[in-house]
Amino acid sequence: MRIAKALPTLLFALLIGSCDNRSSVEQANEEGIFVVGNSNEPKGLDPHLVSGVLESNIIGALFEGLAVQDPIKDGDALPGAATSWSANEDFTVWTFKLQPEGKWSDGVPVTAHDFVFSYQRLLHPELPAKYSEMLYFIKGAEDYNKGKNPDPNSIGARAIDDHTLEITLRGPIPFLPEITKHYTWYPVPRHKVLEFGEIATPFTDWTDPGNMVSNGPFQLKSWRLTHHIEVERNPYYWDAKTVSLNGIRFLPIGNPYTESRMFLDGQLHMTYTLPPEMIPYAQEHIPNMLRQEAYVGVRFIRCNTLRKPLDSPLVRRALAIAIDQASLIDNVLQGGQLPATGITPPFGDYKPPAVVTYNPEEARQLLAKAGFPDGKGFPELKLLTNDKDSARRNAEAFQAMWKDNLNINVRIEQREWTTYLELQYTSDYDLADNGWIGDYLDPTTFLEMWSEGNGNNNTNWSSKEYEAKLHLAENTADPAERLRILAEGESILLKDIPVIPIFWYTTNYLLRPEVKGWSPLLLNNHPLKFVRLEATAEQP
Amino acid sequence: MSAPLPTNLEKGTSLWKDAWHRLFQNKLAVLGLFTVLFIFAACFIGGPIMHWMDIDPNKQSLADKFAGPSGDHLLGTDQLGRDFLVRILDGGQISLLIALLATLATVTIGIIYGGIAGYVGGRLGNTMMRIVDGLLAMPFLIVVILFREITKPRIELIGQFLIDEWEWNRDLVLRFSNILPLLVAIAAFGWLTMARIVRTQTASLAQQEFVEAARSLGISHTRILFRHIVPNMLGPIIIYATLTIPSFILYEATLSFLGLGIEPPNSSWGTLIKEGANYLETKTAMILFPSILFSLTLFAFNFLGDGLRDALDPKAAKD
Amino acid sequence: MLRIVFHRLLQTIVVVFVLVSFTFVAVRLVPGNPFVSDKALPEHLQESVYKSFGLNGTWGEQYVIWWRNVLTKGDFGPSTSLFGRSVNEIITQSFPTSLLLGLVAMTIALLIGIPSGVLAALRKNSMIDYGSMIFAMAGICIPGFVLGPLLQLWVARHSNFFNVAGWESPADILLPAITLGVGVAAYVARLTRGGMLDILSQDFIRTARAKGVPTFTILRRHALRPALLPTVTFLGPAFAAIITGSFVVETIFMVPGMGQHFVTAVTSQDYFLLQAIVLFYGLLIGGANFLVDVAQAAMNPRLRDAN
Repeated sequence: MRIAKALPTLLFALLIGSCDNRSSVEQANEEGIFVVGNSNEPKGLDPHLVSGVLESNIIGALFEGLAVQDPIKDGDALPGAATSWSANEDFTVWTFKLQPEGKWSDGVPVTAHDFVFSYQRLLHPELPAKYSEMLYFIKGAEDYNKGKNPDPNSIGARAIDDHTLEITLRGPIPFLPEITKHYTWYPVPRHKVLEFGEIATPFTDWTDPGNMVSNGPFQLKSWRLTHHIEVERNPYYWDAKTVSLNGIRFLPIGNPYTESRMFLDGQLHMTYTLPPEMIPYAQEHIPNMLRQEAYVGVRFIRCNTLRKPLDSPLVRRALAIAIDQASLIDNVLQGGQLPATGITPPFGDYKPPAVVTYNPEEARQLLAKAGFPDGKGFPELKLLTNDKDSARRNAEAFQAMWKDNLNINVRIEQREWTTYLELQYTSDYDLADNGWIGDYLDPTTFLEMWSEGNGNNNTNWSSKEYEAKLHLAENTADPAERLRILAEGESILLKDIPVIPIFWYTTNYLLRPEVKGWSPLLLNNHPLKFVRLEATAEQP
Repeated sequence: MSAPLPTNLEKGTSLWKDAWHRLFQNKLAVLGLFTVLFIFAACFIGGPIMHWMDIDPNKQSLADKFAGPSGDHLLGTDQLGRDFLVRILDGGQISLLIALLATLATVTIGIIYGGIAGYVGGRLGNTMMRIVDGLLAMPFLIVVILFREITKPRIELIGQFLIDEWEWNRDLVLRFSNILPLLVAIAAFGWLTMARIVRTQTASLAQQEFVEAARSLGISHTRILFRHIVPNMLGPIIIYATLTIPSFILYEATLSFLGLGIEPPNSSWGTLIKEGANYLETKTAMILFPSILFSLTLFAFNFLGDGLRDALDPKAAKD
Repeated sequence: MLRIVFHRLLQTIVVVFVLVSFTFVAVRLVPGNPFVSDKALPEHLQESVYKSFGLNGTWGEQYVIWWRNVLTKGDFGPSTSLFGRSVNEIITQSFPTSLLLGLVAMTIALLIGIPSGVLAALRKNSMIDYGSMIFAMAGICIPGFVLGPLLQLWVARHSNFFNVAGWESPADILLPAITLGVGVAAYVARLTRGGMLDILSQDFIRTARAKGVPTFTILRRHALRPALLPTVTFLGPAFAAIITGSFVVETIFMVPGMGQHFVTAVTSQDYFLLQAIVLFYGLLIGGANFLVDVAQAAMNPRLRDAN
């Protein structure tokens, strides 16, 4: 009966609603709400328990690290939770002075103890955190996390007083403030986390709307599953006067085509991504809303070096240089990506070796040298990839290129996301198409993962020489020298080539013109406190 | 003297001739029949002909993507530059094959089960139908989805075994091991309504005198059931089978659209429409062409089925 | 009458029970495990995660524990695909949405289907009849996953009132509900027409007409109720069709309903979520069938004896 009574109200609302002819974004502009597509439903909002980009987008609105990304300049760091910082001579001990007015969104002050608590939590051996290794820069962190040392105070993070945090590192790191921009270095509210469980109790209710407190420009307002997550201004944020937006709405739109359709329909300010076919369409119809920006990440194909004939570096290199990267980019991806001549994408002062370029002739020679002239006798390999349409297109392109250039057969295995990941973790694959986005602007974020035993290696390849280079760089204070050593390490990696680099990412997305304070950033970690919505008269 | 015999006797007709006659008078049904035949020919003959002509559904030509219709590509190319027409025809092959085989399976199982239940009758028959009713109460799509999840990994294992150990043709095995789980899942739950229909018909036919007569001649139960009773209910069976095919085509397409049916690299109409939906703005033809062929097939089967129903049993209520 | 009610109720419960048990077994027969993500989970933590989700006993143990939790505490367990969320939360947030969508779709289906069927029957073999039957056929043969995107392209993109996707304003219900309801409307139209034709051909109607009773009165007093019987019979399956159709529609229009969760739960092997959703759907469909059976028995006394 209630439903029957609700029906006339519904009709009435519809009638009224139909008189309002503004689009959704126009309404949002007036309300000061930034509406963005955010790919999928987040797995959680606890900075210590998540590991994906889409979660980090929301966490970046809610929390704030010691340093904050400059909205325009890539390598620069602005004061965040810390007003200033300094290091000792060899960059092994850093001191951060925290904002005196720093508060959680419930008014409780943010102190250095919160930070120490947070590091101890993320490194706790019993917390099922996926990204604890981001803190291994801190002295004693790895040993504590792996259970070798049971004392949490052995971690080199200390609260000298309420507003002074001292961090002792395992080696010289001149770029530590850069790293603190990453969400694994954010503080979590000790008082709230402990209210709902112990330090290492995972998945408690502290992140639920109503419970959650955060120290960033926004606080959590509502979380409706598969519908939207809404954040609103945090009145206790130390820099609230700089924040222009009244709130942000994140929509978990899984299908990128639906997302661009919604954007074109005036429902979103910004999309998470843009499918390749829509790029020419956007270039033609809405060029002023199309953004194509460099994004620090690499797409590669992992080789399971335990499986014949992938145990031969000749074969791996043959596969690598038989791929026409430029053709893939121009015809399939169409996003202005860059062919990857190595693993680490170019940025800053790092000069990586450029050794992977398309050369089908050389590829054939290598294959012959490995014992498979003209592909004869080469077994059929399986190429594992995820179940998205874009993955399939890329995989089919590789398949065709290897067939045309090397005369070998590769079978495509598309698997649903979690299975696709699991098969790589358990080394149950031949070739696997995957990628990696850098966490901070330093080559180590791309090179560390290939060391032995690293959870993201999964190729069964390791090299003592390689580890030695990485280790040496860890202990080198001089930035230029350090980069040189890392480049040597990357040479070793590329010579053995257990992983085949394909392209360096660009990020393609759509952004409405009324969104201001948004500039291209390599890490795509835009500080939302600086974003403004300024609708002008000529909005479409 | 007796009256002279009329010279223009009406020709004797049988039930089938009558039905056929009525069917042919139904224009829509005839249209449906010819459309069905045409589509079958296109997918099962035309498709392979195009293959033989070297038009490869898997050959990509990235530079040519989204080309319009031309001499080389009658319906243009898709998002990877593959010939669109041959992909649609191949997709049709899979969709139709699944629907046909599933219908065949469900009709067979349904006849056997329902026939036995109706013939035997009594408590056993009732219990058998209770089971059917119970299974019918379960939401079809949901149980099909779940059943497919169970059978898929096992069928893939078998397929792998056949390729590795017995060295069967790889492509063929892979194609079938992709289709089989869905087929099995649909067949596993699709025979229920047919069983009900057959049971009702069998039960009433089994009471008739000719059965008693046949028994007294010593003819076995099985022979009576399958040689004498079942042929008498061919009418409803044919009607129902004809109407089942489009519903199975629809189920397969729905599941493939959800990603729970046919998976790449195989394509059915369902997956083609799903992919085509992505290019709604950029190249609407990607969704329109497969959808038109798909709907046309459903229309045709439905008209044909309706026509058959009118022809074979004009008094039956629709649906 | 009471006997029938009791009987059908029992049947519904048994069916739901079997359905959920089938799901329980089915989902555990699929290889793989529900706990993987971007970064590798260290070995020593996998055990503890499994334990915290209650998945480390035998199947029998898990089965009993699950039913006990559900029946005594109404606790359906945690979701493994949406970490930290309980299944209860997911269902309480998504179920009302799906219900609303389904009801509006059903309403649209009946509002379109019944009048069309009646009109077609009254004007048999006219243009109206052929026209509505062709439309009905179109509704059956043009599936939701074709109609939906086309509506998005041809209607939503050209209007600010209709959004392409999402569930923000009340207007967002319409396009998905229409997409969902059209297929059912088609069947309803055909059934109503058939039922109507049956009734209209009967002698007592001809008598009434001969006596000069106006058509509308004939409809209202004599014809409509019995003519709608086939449609009422169909309501049970119609409801099931709307529910299963919602999987597709929710995906296309980004409606945050249970259908989306069902598909995700299957693909990511979220045991608890899947079992709970199947239980819900089973109860819904079973309940709908039960109500329809009872309504039929009430409307048609002859059915009360049949068992």
